[in-house]
Amino acid sequence: MTTEQLKLKGVGTPATRVYGLMALVALGWVLLGGLIFTPEDAVQGDAVRIMYVHVPTAWVAYLAFIVTGVASACWMIGKKHSLGFDRVAGASAEVGVVFMGMTLLSGSLWGRITWGTFWVWDPRLTTTAFMFVTYIGYLAVRGLGGTAQQRARRSSVIALLAVLEIPLVHFSVVMWRSLHQRATVLSPDGDIKMDGLMLFTLLFGVFGFSVLFAWLVSHRQRIMAMQDAQQTSALDVAVSERLNEARA
Amino acid sequence: MNHAAFVFTTYGVTFGVIIGLVVYTVKQGRNLSRKVADKDKPWT
Repeated sequence: MTTEQLKLKGVGTPATRVYGLMALVALGWVLLGGLIFTPEDAVQGDAVRIMYVHVPTAWVAYLAFIVTGVASACWMIGKKHSLGFDRVAGASAEVGVVFMGMTLLSGSLWGRITWGTFWVWDPRLTTTAFMFVTYIGYLAVRGLGGTAQQRARRSSVIALLAVLEIPLVHFSVVMWRSLHQRATVLSPDGDIKMDGLMLFTLLFGVFGFSVLFAWLVSHRQRIMAMQDAQQTSALDVAVSERLNEARA
Repeated sequence: MNHAAFVFTTYGVTFGVIIGLVVYTVKQGRNLSRKVADKDKPWT
């Protein structure tokens, strides 16, 4: 493979192509299964079709914020303070914020059908909105400037505090009286009351969106690595120019 | 299909945002890849 071909590849690798393809197949099934092949719900009718995208996007948002927390902890604990961990944390938070936004939107539309309103200050909705805003703040702090190590230090502290919101959001339906239903698949008694094809589509959707998350984080952390490299080389050029000016 | 507008809006926005994010990521990666030296791209 020539150098030019490698440059055109961008940030993809054979491995990312494989799980990109896996995500494409799984999401294709969610689209077809969710809209056409799965039966309507006995109570909710066709509104239940929103579940096949609402639940996986919420799952990916949780997963993304957990990955951000774990990667930040690894950066903080590691003796080398590897920026690779910080980039994974940042890339994961970016993806998480996008998916959390989609969760809020799909939940709002679903709520309009089942509850009669787009929004209510219910414990689950309120804590979710709070978590969404927290991670937007996290991304804003990452963009404040300074060196990559400074960025990693301040954002890792916020990530480790923000990740504590996840159990609060997840158990909000148990701790307080909530309009939002409790967990169906992850119910404590393990009794899943759902049609087989509906359950398969939901779980396959969770799998597909998770693989998509892995694809996005792989690519976005490589983009961040290139942005950091660009910033470092620009800084090196500026320093050498000032030194030359001083010598002249 | 009942509530079709809500269902199709949900799917349209979700898949639209995903496609947009994927395209943006691929384009951004290719643009940056042209500007950055190969030594800074250990995955290539």
